Amino acid sequence: MKYLCLVYFDGTVLDKMSETEKIAFDNESLAYDEELQRSGHFIAAEALESVKSAVTVRMRNGKISTTDGPFTETKEQLGGFILIEAKDLNDAIQVAAKIPLARFGGIEVRPIWELEKK
Amino acid sequence: MGNGTGISNGLTLKMSEDASEKLRETIDEIYRLESRRVLATLIRLLGDFDLAEEALHEAFTTALEQWGREGLPKNPRTWLVSVGRFKAIDNIRRRARFDSSLAQIANELGPNTENPFETEDEDIEDERLRLIFTCCHPALSPDAQIALTLRTVCGFTTEEIAHAFLTPPPTIAQRIVRAKAKIRDARIPYEVPSHADLPDRLDSVLHVIYLVFNEGYSASFGASLTRHDLSSEAIRLGKLLVELLAEPEAIGLLALMLLQESRRAARVSPTGELILLNEQDRSLWDRAQITEGLRLIQQALASRRFGPYTIQAAIAAVHARAATADGTDWNQIVALYDILIQADPSPIIELNRAVAVAMRDGPEAGLVIIEAILARGDLNDYHFIHSAHADLCRRLGKTAEARASYERALLLTQQKSEREFLERRLRELYNNAS
Repeated sequence: MKYLCLVYFDGTVLDKMSETEKIAFDNESLAYDEELQRSGHFIAAEALESVKSAVTVRMRNGKISTTDGPFTETKEQLGGFILIEAKDLNDAIQVAAKIPLARFGGIEVRPIWELEKK
Repeated sequence: MGNGTGISNGLTLKMSEDASEKLRETIDEIYRLESRRVLATLIRLLGDFDLAEEALHEAFTTALEQWGREGLPKNPRTWLVSVGRFKAIDNIRRRARFDSSLAQIANELGPNTENPFETEDEDIEDERLRLIFTCCHPALSPDAQIALTLRTVCGFTTEEIAHAFLTPPPTIAQRIVRAKAKIRDARIPYEVPSHADLPDRLDSVLHVIYLVFNEGYSASFGASLTRHDLSSEAIRLGKLLVELLAEPEAIGLLALMLLQESRRAARVSPTGELILLNEQDRSLWDRAQITEGLRLIQQALASRRFGPYTIQAAIAAVHARAATADGTDWNQIVALYDILIQADPSPIIELNRAVAVAMRDGPEAGLVIIEAILARGDLNDYHFIHSAHADLCRRLGKTAEARASYERALLLTQQKSEREFLERRLRELYNNAS
């Protein structure tokens, strides 16, 4: 079963890091992706640009409405995602818990609903 | 408890009245003893809570017909699992004609050449544990964990759960439906957690049992008897858990519940008023529960891996050992609260520690701590802090402050006997003043 691990964290945490800390952290994150590839969990993973560059799009009454910024103004923002293949929820939680950013923020684990053409 | 629904009700049999009555009693007894175990096994075999519940009921209905004709099987439990499973496969096949996705499930389930029902008792116990851990999975909301555990592990009906938690039955029913859907859709596995996950996952199971107990305990002097059943049920669950998994904190929680429950008869006056610990008739305390609680706490402490539940039980044990209120070892109680605050920091524990300090060092010392907690604004809406504050002020002769705090406490609680207690204290203050 596929699970999407959405990585939420407060972006200012990264701003506070020194250059060397940042590099070490990025390497740790990349190393974890590789580890997941070896264990067979990995499908895809991407980091996202800061929410400052986000745009929210809605369709209302046939018109496109585009507004600046993400949906919510909470402190923790979606910072990246990892799409995994896991045996079950417990397996997915194990994978999510070891995502390096879980130490600073939170990981939302969402099962993927496989749409079928009927 | 949910066993009173009587699986055999409403079925007529071509038997003599006596024989059919006797069979019905036997089947009711087997339902009471075995239905949760059978359900746990069926959930594993069928991989679905609803299918398993349906299969369980069909198995008992079949038992009523067949056992009357052919007599009781050698092992009723395995018979029930076996029949339940075949009934479920039948049902799935029938529905599969309309829904092709079910056909695959039916093929996976059977026919099975092996006999998978001759499971050892050890496996059966393992399955009940599996059921408890699945119902208390932290991915479910605490409310859903409680409702699902009472429904599935304890066999409460939806109406009984609703009544016990003073919640409308449709709300409970929906909570259970959503929880089952989440187990299925997020694929929460039906398993006992691995050794590495056990501490976290056990916490969530213990928390559910603790909440069920508290719900029954705090309402024990209220009007509803069903809520008293919640405490008994929590103790029964706690015993089952300790039997299946003798972890120190599980033992500690069971000790805590037994020691608290031992005072039930002494906590209410015949007219339904709340009686505080220092005014209780200690001859009414249940000695058997105290003895068992004290034995368990020794066992938990000896493990040296205990946590907050065991420490709370140790505090309850100090009270249980004191022959009189004056003979209470407050020194030890304060020391235990110091450990508890380190293990599990919370303002509520600070408040309880303050009361113990007041007992050891006098009301003034306790008052300083309580006023510090109130100044932080942590527990402003918690009626117990105001009644504790009032009580210490009263003992220090600060009548006006005592009165104000009792009145504030009164505003914050709806509980009938709590209110009566506070009103009585207020009356006493006015009478003494005049």
